This record gives sequence, C-alpha cells and structure tokens, in this order.
Amino acid sequence: MIENDNPYDLLAVENDDHRWAFGTGFTDPLAGVDVTIPDGVDAAALAQYCLMLGDDALILSHRLQQWIARLPELEEETAVANIALDLLGQARMLLARAAAADPALGADEDRLAFFRSEGQFRNVRLVERADADFAELVGRLLVFSAWRLALFEHLVGGADQVLAAIAAKGVNELAYHRDYAGQWVIRLGDGTELSRERMRRALTVIWPLVPELFAIHQVEQRLPGVAADAASLRPAFDAVLDQVLAAAGLHRPDAAPLAAIRNRQGRDGVHTEALGYVLAELQAVARAHPDATW
Amino acid sequence: MVTATAWAVAAGTPDPELPMLTVADLGILRDVEQEGNAVVVTITPTYSGCPALPEIAADLRHRLGTAGFAPVEVRTRLAPAWTSDWITADGRRKLEQAGIAPPGPATRRTGPVPLTLLTGPTSGPTVTCPQCGSRLTTRTAQFGATACKALYRCENCHEPFEYVKEI
Repeated sequence: MIENDNPYDLLAVENDDHRWAFGTGFTDPLAGVDVTIPDGVDAAALAQYCLMLGDDALILSHRLQQWIARLPELEEETAVANIALDLLGQARMLLARAAAADPALGADEDRLAFFRSEGQFRNVRLVERADADFAELVGRLLVFSAWRLALFEHLVGGADQVLAAIAAKGVNELAYHRDYAGQWVIRLGDGTELSRERMRRALTVIWPLVPELFAIHQVEQRLPGVAADAASLRPAFDAVLDQVLAAAGLHRPDAAPLAAIRNRQGRDGVHTEALGYVLAELQAVARAHPDATW
Repeated sequence: MVTATAWAVAAGTPDPELPMLTVADLGILRDVEQEGNAVVVTITPTYSGCPALPEIAADLRHRLGTAGFAPVEVRTRLAPAWTSDWITADGRRKLEQAGIAPPGPATRRTGPVPLTLLTGPTSGPTVTCPQCGSRLTTRTAQFGATACKALYRCENCHEPFEYVKEI
C-alpha cells in the first residue's frame, strides 16, 4: 500500500492529459450519471431551463466570492465562502446537464461559463448587482435563497431525474443559506438605529428585482412536469419573508418592479449593466488565452 | 472474489479533508462493480460544491491501479442525495476521537423546510463536547473551514471544536 502524506500529490501525477488552464472540465461533475432526456421532454427547453438555474447560481456565487477578505468577521468569511461554493457546485452540475441535453449550446460547462456573451446568459437580474454593503448582501441572499429553495423543493419531484437529483442535493444546502441570511436580516433589523436603517435601505434596493423571480417564462411552459411554475412559488416565498421581516421589525418596501425592455428581462438575455462587470472578471483571462493548458 | 478485494481497496481511501475517515466511513463510496474488464467505482458527493471529489476520484484510481485493478472508471451518482446519516458508527467514533463532534440524526421531512430563526447562544443543535463530554456548548459559526462543518465552543472546558452538520 502506498502511503501518501499529501493526497493532493496525486493530482500532479505525470500523464498525457493536458488540462485546460481555466476551467474545471477535467472533473466532470456528472461523470457516469445517466443524462438521457426522458420521453416527451423537450430537450432544447430542458437545456435552456438548466442554463437559467445554473446561471442564477453562477453569477450570485461570483458576487459572493467578491466579498471574500472584505467581510466584517471571520465567521462571515467562512459562511459566505461556503455558500458561494455550494452555489458554484450547483451551477457546475446544471451547466453540465444543459450541455448534455443540447450540445449545440456549448460542449461542456466550461464553454458555457467562460465563452458565452452577456446576451446568452439566462439569469434573473437579482443576482447581477454588486452589494453596496453587508445589509444588501444578506438581504439579497435571503430573497434568493428563499425563492430558490421553494423552486428546488418543487423540482425534486420532476420528471427529469438528473434535475431532480441536483435539486434534492441543493434543497438541504439552500435551507442553511436561507437560515443564515434570515438570521442576519433579523439581527440587523432588530438591532441599532443604524443597522435598521441600513437594512431598510437594502430592502428598497433589492425589492424591485423580486417580481421577475415569479414571472412565468415560455421555457417553463414548454416543460410541464419538469419545470416549476414560477408564479406558484410566491406563497411559500412570502411566508418565509413575512416571518423574517416580522421578527426583524421591517416592512416590505413599496417599490415598483424594475422594468422589462420590450417585455424582455434576465431570462431572455436582457441584463443590467452590472452583469458586464461580472463577466469581464470571470471570463477575461480565459478569453485572452483560450487554448492554454497545464 | 475480485469485487470484494476491489471494494476493500477502494474502501480504504481516506477523505482528503478528514483523513482519519475513509470514503466508506463517510458513505461516499456507493458501489464497486466489475463491468467487462473494467472496475467501476460509484461515489456520491457530500455537498454540491465539494472540492474533495476530484482528489477522491484520483486516489481511488491510483489505489485500485496499484492493486492491480485496471482499467478503473469512477462514476458519480447524485441520487439519492448524500446525507450525514450515511456516516457509519465507526466513522462517528473516529470523528470523536479526532476531536470533531459527529452529526446527530438528519431530520427527514416530507414538506417544505421550516425556517430556523433562533439566534444567540441557544441556536443550533445541542452538541456534546468531544473533549470533556459536556453538553454546555455554544455554536460560534454555522459554517467552518469546510462546507460540512460548523464551529462550536465548550463552555465547560473552554475548548473550541468542529461539528459535522447534519444534512
């Protein structure tokens, strides 16, 4: 038996596999998983739907990662890093499933993450903005996690086994994320005058982006029995927000929804300016050296 | 029996982050089968973003290859989702010996996940201190150095320790 003091040494074993320098494609998150599309399910729509859910997680994970080394406490560093990691893992599996369902979109998760342009991303606009302060961080995370948890709870019983499995894995993680964010919203809302004001202001910034989460999209309509009906998630979401806001002594802001552009929003590839900055940071190096290997 | 030996070799693979535990102790190793002339090992990730899975896969291939089993294929199985309930009694004992509190039973529920909002020293599950055995422990952080662990402090012996969260 060979003893390895450092299990990571094994990754440096010399072989002929040249790995692409910027991605994670040498470890397929769906290796060996049966990715056959179930009978009667629209493959192209399923791929788009996986992109939608994957992009949500990918972009928010990036925004969370930008907070690392800037958070007020070490415990928040580990929390936000782990939440970002959970979301990145969900994004990888979803993007890999999208590529498997419709290879015309992109060969694999790396092509999809690093080489799509802004108009090809399918995330909701909620995840694009950079948080101005910690209150916005936890406020947006609460809204996102409560929504995504309700959505994933619905997907667990869906007809696509792979999506159902990804959702089953994600449900427990999202519950931890939601509870973490909710506890902070309460602490800030039910805190000092300053923390309450910062939390109140954060909610007014976040709230215009909430209605988009529950807008039914035509991709979802092409996936009966697989996709969740976005509008049906609203009661579960409201129940959670009501509970948290009541404990925090805060109210739902009176904010008009962020307008669509000719009826098109994030799910249609129409994004806010903020997404450009995320993609510039995420993609710039890979695009500059697209064939680099190591 | 080829498969039984292959299982034994695979089951001896340590977890890179918790090297006192093997992938069998953690319930990550799901299956070892012969398919044609290849040995197929099936593993299940603990958390969606768990970064240890590639290392575990590489280590499995290396150990099985060295033991004479080749070719080796490592497959991921996502469903049923990994739960901390799959950590064996042996695994829990080893965690405790290493000063990490093992998880309690993961709650199985059928409906939506209830919101946990209690904050302060009483929040989080009651965990026994692996050093002194006291139940007077406080959660200091919901997340630790890895996604699977939380940080606690014992109010009796004042030692900090990690706790594997139930999921």
